[in-house]
Amino acid sequence: MAKILLEMKNITKTFPGVKALDNVNLQVEEGEIHALVGENGAGKSTLMNVLSGIYPYGTYTGDIIYDGEVCKFSHIKDSEHKGIVIIHQELALVPEMTIGENMYLGNERGHKFAIDWNTTYAEADKYLRMVGLEESSKVQVKTIGTGKQQLVEIAKALAKKARLLILDEPTSSLNEEDSKALLDLMLGFKKQGMTMIIISHKLNEVAYVADKITVIRDGTTIETIDNHGQEPVSEERIIKGMVGREMTNRFPKREGVKVGDVQLEVENWTVHHPLYPERKVVDNVSIKVRKGEVVGIYGLMGAGRTELAMSIFGQSYGANISGSLKIDGKPVRLRKSIADAIRHKIAYVTEDRKGNGLVLSQSIRVNTSLANLDQISNHKVIDEDKEHAVAEEYREKLKIKTPGVEQLVGNLSGGNQQKVLLAKWMFAGPDIMILDEPTRGIDVGAKYEIYCIINDLAAAGKSVIMISSELPEVLGMSDRIYIMNASKVIGEMKASEATQENIMAAILKSGRGE
Amino acid sequence: MKNLLMFLKKNTMLVVLILVYLFFMVMTGGSILKPLNFNALITQNAYVYILAAGMLMCMLTGGNIDLSCGSFVCLVGAVGGVMMVIKGMNTGLSIALMLILGIAYGCGLGYLIAYVHIPPWIATLAGYLAFRGLGTSILSANSKTGSIAPLPEDFLKIFSGKVWQTKMSVFNWPCMTVGIVAAVITVAVLFLNRQSRIRKGYDADSMSTTLVKSVVSAAAILFVMYKLSRAGGIPTVLIWVVAVVLIYSFITSKTQVGRQFYVVGGNIEAARMSGVNTRWVMFLAYLNMAVLTVVSAWTVMARFQAANSTAGTNFEMDAISACVVGGVSASGGSGSVIGMVIGATLIGVINLGMSLMGIDANYQKVVKGVVLLGAVVFDILSKKRKG
Repeated sequence: MAKILLEMKNITKTFPGVKALDNVNLQVEEGEIHALVGENGAGKSTLMNVLSGIYPYGTYTGDIIYDGEVCKFSHIKDSEHKGIVIIHQELALVPEMTIGENMYLGNERGHKFAIDWNTTYAEADKYLRMVGLEESSKVQVKTIGTGKQQLVEIAKALAKKARLLILDEPTSSLNEEDSKALLDLMLGFKKQGMTMIIISHKLNEVAYVADKITVIRDGTTIETIDNHGQEPVSEERIIKGMVGREMTNRFPKREGVKVGDVQLEVENWTVHHPLYPERKVVDNVSIKVRKGEVVGIYGLMGAGRTELAMSIFGQSYGANISGSLKIDGKPVRLRKSIADAIRHKIAYVTEDRKGNGLVLSQSIRVNTSLANLDQISNHKVIDEDKEHAVAEEYREKLKIKTPGVEQLVGNLSGGNQQKVLLAKWMFAGPDIMILDEPTRGIDVGAKYEIYCIINDLAAAGKSVIMISSELPEVLGMSDRIYIMNASKVIGEMKASEATQENIMAAILKSGRGE
Repeated sequence: MKNLLMFLKKNTMLVVLILVYLFFMVMTGGSILKPLNFNALITQNAYVYILAAGMLMCMLTGGNIDLSCGSFVCLVGAVGGVMMVIKGMNTGLSIALMLILGIAYGCGLGYLIAYVHIPPWIATLAGYLAFRGLGTSILSANSKTGSIAPLPEDFLKIFSGKVWQTKMSVFNWPCMTVGIVAAVITVAVLFLNRQSRIRKGYDADSMSTTLVKSVVSAAAILFVMYKLSRAGGIPTVLIWVVAVVLIYSFITSKTQVGRQFYVVGGNIEAARMSGVNTRWVMFLAYLNMAVLTVVSAWTVMARFQAANSTAGTNFEMDAISACVVGGVSASGGSGSVIGMVIGATLIGVINLGMSLMGIDANYQKVVKGVVLLGAVVFDILSKKRKG
């Protein structure tokens, strides 16, 4: 058995009123990749914040034993000094600065007041090559893609002489290709003796990369699963630990839903990039959705899925949009207005709930009614009683866990925020609902509830378009699947015919065709 | 008791206002209580309430401000003065033309900010510089002293003076009657609201909180109106201020358009994706600001009975301060008219109190600066504790 590099013993951390961590134990061997999994709010990030000194020694109880000695970190610098480096979920790079400047931010090369830029860039380049980036460290961070930015973060960590690297949801904003590359990079580092802790919701990735998987639930460690066997640990096995019960079916069955007439028909839809008008982000796409049908649109990130959805939704994205749109068989005149799209009973539930979905500083009530204020107003004067009643109704219907609808949306968990977002659009009374990554970044239990809501929508005769980059979800929820790649729809399959393999094969084939 | 504490916690600025008032009562030996000083408090600060109502709407959209309003007050005054005094135009027509000038400026400014995406502080900084120059040059071209006076009687009557004026020595019963009616209505509204919330099964204030609210607001109204009754009656400008306050309270708390201001400030992208015409909201904010600036210019002209080149100096700062002290978020999305009223009153009381104490004008500025900073620090700290 290898040497234990890190041991966290009986860690307990309380916030006012909440016990976030309760006697957590974690052992990480030198040179392994250790995964931490658990639902949102289980305490994974809190544990890592304790480890890295963000919550200083004394604000928690228990011991951190690192490399054989008890550590009392009072600042993140202390832990970094020992080679414990954490890479947070949200990228912490300054877009306007160069890669090199970013990598040595707060850790500048040189002495006294003078920064030695030659050393900075030379060293930065060295670490960039280690993570497989060919870019010069003198280019601005904003000019490279998210996937590469994540690699810059890792290079930055390496530059701090990391021995224990903690990656918090490193692939959450990456597409599959970049994710795979990142995971392989991690495996490469492991061979060189680096120890890593990865926090992730993506269980397939965890199963692929981790040697051991520790499950945290409700602030306590439930179990540590060994992943050294021939076959990777099954996702079901991990989920069982996370939710505390066997999830026999991750996708609820949709029964007795009659699929009706075509409700939305999009033909020869082409959208150009708003800033680079010569670039087509959606290229001659034709899709249709029937009443009561759930249509999945699968594609990697950047395939043009969100762009397609937003351009249909009141042309809220894109330039030079052409093509025809029919609702219930009747052609609809194109207008660049979201209010117009809502009037035509289209709803777009965004993938970015914090960015353009919810007003976090406002209450559940205000957010719920936002897209349909007329329904609760008399002559443009809001009837707050009606509004309150509506918000309450949706809170119950969607099982939003909150003390009341006056609660600020910013105080809710990701899953509950997603439900508020759904509530807003369900209240808008659409016939056609476009759900863009409806389960991104929310935990397994909440996902199941969202799936149930999608089924209810279909049962109510709505046409549902579900965009997702999680293949199992698309396969599990859709009646029919469109596959998008490089701005085009490259395939259409019935759910009964679709498999993980033939979808990926279709994408690869189209990629070669270019 | 717990409810009372909650009430005090929620209305800290109100408590501060009362404490500051008591402080000046002691320091000025009670002279701040004199009826004339009440009159002064209202007439001297009327412009702040009116401008701050407009500034509030701008700030709600995302902490945007209007730096040009003070200078625009000067320009409107100059144009109005020339029309009414030099050209001898009809007062009603002049008022209408001044309003049209405001609407024209508001449309232009709103267009630049909402549709051309010029950052508001830059677009209005240009106005800040240009209007002061333009106003001053119009005035000096038409008058040797740089001031046009006297404005016609009928103009002054609409924006200054007193309603049902009596001599100072006589108790003004009409004024007191209005005060009593207003107090009764306020209390009735508070209780009826509570009743209706309870009937519908919503959270309502406890009986004791409603009582405290009723007593405090009724007492405040009666107190002010009693003092005004002994100072010759209701200042005409008070009616304008009350009208603006009531209208904007209603707009911000009850209407769709008011709601849209809050959500645009809270998350402009989310508002846009929910079908809110965010550009139109931004446009409205600045159009509205320009219109209210004209109203405020009228009250200022009437108060000085003249159009001056110094009129409106630093008014934009007074309006911003009133909003910020009143708890309007400097990053947008939150704030209320009632908060703004308390903020404006607090600054007014501090100004008046310090003047009565004979404090040097320069030190007064220092105190105001500290109060402004203190209010923001307090606001941010109290939010932190909650989060």
